[in-house]
Amino acid sequence: MTADQHTPWTGYQPVQAWDEAVNLEGKVRDPYRRVYTEIDRMSGDDLYSRAEALASTYLAQGVTFDHAGEERPFPLDIVPRVVGAEEWEIISPGVAQRVRTLEAFLADVYGSQHCVNDGLVPRRLIATSQYFYRSAAGIDPANGVRAHVSGIDLVRDQHGIWRVLEDNVRVPSGVSYVLSNRRAMSQMFPDMFGAMGVRPVLEYSQRLRAALARCAPGDIDDPTIVVLTPGVFNSAYYEHSLLARTMGVELVEGRDLETHNGRVYMRTTAGRRRVDVIYRRVDDDYLDPVVFRPDSTLGAPGLVHAARLGNVTIANAIGNGVADDKLIYTYMPDLTRYYLGEDPILPNVDTWRLEETEAREEVMDRLDELVVKPVDGAGGKGVIIGPKASRSELDQARAQILADPRGWIAQPVIQLSTVPTLTDDGLEPRHVDLRPFAINDGDDVWVLPGGLTRVALARGQLIVNSSQGGGSKDTWVLGGERQRGSATPPPESRVELGGISAVPQAAHPDDIEHGQQQQQQQQQGEPKRRGTSC
Amino acid sequence: MLSRIAESLFWIGRYVERADNTARLLDVHLNVLLEDPWVDEPSANGSLLSVMNCEFESPVSRRDVLQKLAFDPEQSSSIAWTLGAARENARRAREVISTEVWESLNMTRNQLPRWTAAARPHEYFVWVRERAAVVWGLHSATTSRDDAWHFMELGRSLERADMIARLLMTRHFEGTTGPNWTTLLRSCSAHEAYLRTVRALVTEERAAEFLLVDRLFPRSIAYNLQKAEDTLGLIEGASNSRALSDRARLALGRARTNLEYRDVRDVLADLPGQMREVQGACAAASDLIRDRYFLPASTVLWSQEAL
Repeated sequence: MTADQHTPWTGYQPVQAWDEAVNLEGKVRDPYRRVYTEIDRMSGDDLYSRAEALASTYLAQGVTFDHAGEERPFPLDIVPRVVGAEEWEIISPGVAQRVRTLEAFLADVYGSQHCVNDGLVPRRLIATSQYFYRSAAGIDPANGVRAHVSGIDLVRDQHGIWRVLEDNVRVPSGVSYVLSNRRAMSQMFPDMFGAMGVRPVLEYSQRLRAALARCAPGDIDDPTIVVLTPGVFNSAYYEHSLLARTMGVELVEGRDLETHNGRVYMRTTAGRRRVDVIYRRVDDDYLDPVVFRPDSTLGAPGLVHAARLGNVTIANAIGNGVADDKLIYTYMPDLTRYYLGEDPILPNVDTWRLEETEAREEVMDRLDELVVKPVDGAGGKGVIIGPKASRSELDQARAQILADPRGWIAQPVIQLSTVPTLTDDGLEPRHVDLRPFAINDGDDVWVLPGGLTRVALARGQLIVNSSQGGGSKDTWVLGGERQRGSATPPPESRVELGGISAVPQAAHPDDIEHGQQQQQQQQQGEPKRRGTSC
Repeated sequence: MLSRIAESLFWIGRYVERADNTARLLDVHLNVLLEDPWVDEPSANGSLLSVMNCEFESPVSRRDVLQKLAFDPEQSSSIAWTLGAARENARRAREVISTEVWESLNMTRNQLPRWTAAARPHEYFVWVRERAAVVWGLHSATTSRDDAWHFMELGRSLERADMIARLLMTRHFEGTTGPNWTTLLRSCSAHEAYLRTVRALVTEERAAEFLLVDRLFPRSIAYNLQKAEDTLGLIEGASNSRALSDRARLALGRARTNLEYRDVRDVLADLPGQMREVQGACAAASDLIRDRYFLPASTVLWSQEAL
């Protein structure tokens, strides 16, 4: 960047957090070099007009989420987030290890509970978890998988270290935005993709379909898979329909399903059709009115019974929420060593368990500098950030914690890393997190290269959830070998079809041979002999 | 195919066709109001609204008609509402219809607010017809000819037969001499096809015959009833080929043969009555199709035992 020229980068200054694009001396970090120069070449207006084009394609495609009963385009920032190949070499195995630990824990919790008997996790903790369902015990998944899809939320702290913030193995959402962000961004920056070797994400749906087919009960060759959605008014409906469409399976609502004799069927125009695998995007509580909330109309009565009989596989499994519990989260490093005999690759964020007296007293003293979260929360609800909270909010939090210490955890304020983001005042650093998605097909845990980067659009805001006004970025993981290979031109740039000569394209004979002649004749009104005009 | 999805597809077909035909109908109506020097506008407007089964309070102004039938997104009889409803149904069946069809319906809905009653209505009608053509073109180019196709085509041909019947009713409006047959042919995009087929000037009987029972022109009533019957046959499959058991087909077939095997002069003598019968047959068929293909067998309600 030259000093006398005004570019979008002019005035970009990292704050105290780790900025992924530029270090404190203003030097561009390696993975971002190409993106930086590309944007550097644009004028500010150019950048804004591209951002506008991005928003309008989303509106046309209907990439929206439901906010307060209104459909809004999902905000996608124009600047991509780039993750270097070396960093991904840590994240990918780290996430896979985390998923394997969660699977082992879930199998144990709903089985013989060795982790409790060996004194690792207090029994009370599991028994009091809101999402531990006794009714899920004894449902043995067909190929042993309970977390078919998981989303592990990662953050990057002040020192650039990746840490796990949350585990989501219930119904993690957001992957559709990864797929559609990529489609939109690759149209916006076609040349950068090839040159940078960004790893593709589009195989996700095929991977998911394969994983779901493999968990079908019994030895069914071609299982019928369905995606179960709460309906068109659900905030993630776009995602449900995109997944069903790209997997080529039916998208069903609870009212489309019925159970007879422990088997699940869907109602079609040609009568009932047996269902083998349900990829459900409905919460446990609403899945089956027989077992859970009796007033639910989103599920189908008898699903749990059918699953218990082994006639249908429900993915993700019922009762996975116990592993999402933020208190169980604090035991995850120990559980990794216990089940896998490995040291955790990705560390946790330091967390105080408020049930322990010493920890609680310390937290009470320092409440104004810590973050407290409800253990069963999602979507950033109920999170209190000490330094930003008012006195009355802190007092209220203190009372809540004392009333129910099991219900809360405390963490230090993490300065989430920042990435340049287009705002009304030009490019500015904004806080981001990352949710990589992992698919477990029973043999292998596959981590989608990339994941959903959520960005807090307000300055200094640390909560990135879209329900709190967050946006997203396309996440580019570098080091895709296929792209790197094609980026270098082949030695012979001539295209040959192996000796096959092309078949000429035909056209109406009048248009080619006589067209010109006729036209001239008609214009001049005097016949000419063919050939003289050519 | 899921019953719920089939129902959505059926209604997308009906709504898009309805929007297209309402635009044609309104265009004819406004044209008549301009051309007829002795027109009694309020009663002509009232007749139009009653043909479209709209409630109204007389006297009806031209603005009321345009609001109720074209622009007001709150009125279920308006083009704006119809296109919005088509898009909502497409959203429910998003994973079955192609991306191109979805985007064209979504774009149509997004562009609707640009059109207000203040703009020249004729341009709005042209735009509506163009959007409908885009949807049908993309639908035809991107959809497999399976049940997804059949249900949408079924809705479309039923709606078209119904709407042409309504259009022909405008011949007998109170307070006006009604549109002449050339105008009616034009509004069905049938004038040129008529001239090529009949090779004669437009006479009442020939024109009526063309719009009622021509077997080749895609905007005649009989053509569309026949097509709906055929589509029902395709949906039903070869399972029952010995006797016609589908009551919806019977209703449509009766309406079609009633027109085909009757002297056109008889039909013209009682045009409103005959057209009402066509509409009745379409409505009956629509209900029978719903009962057979869309309604869940029984809704299971779960209630816990009270203790």
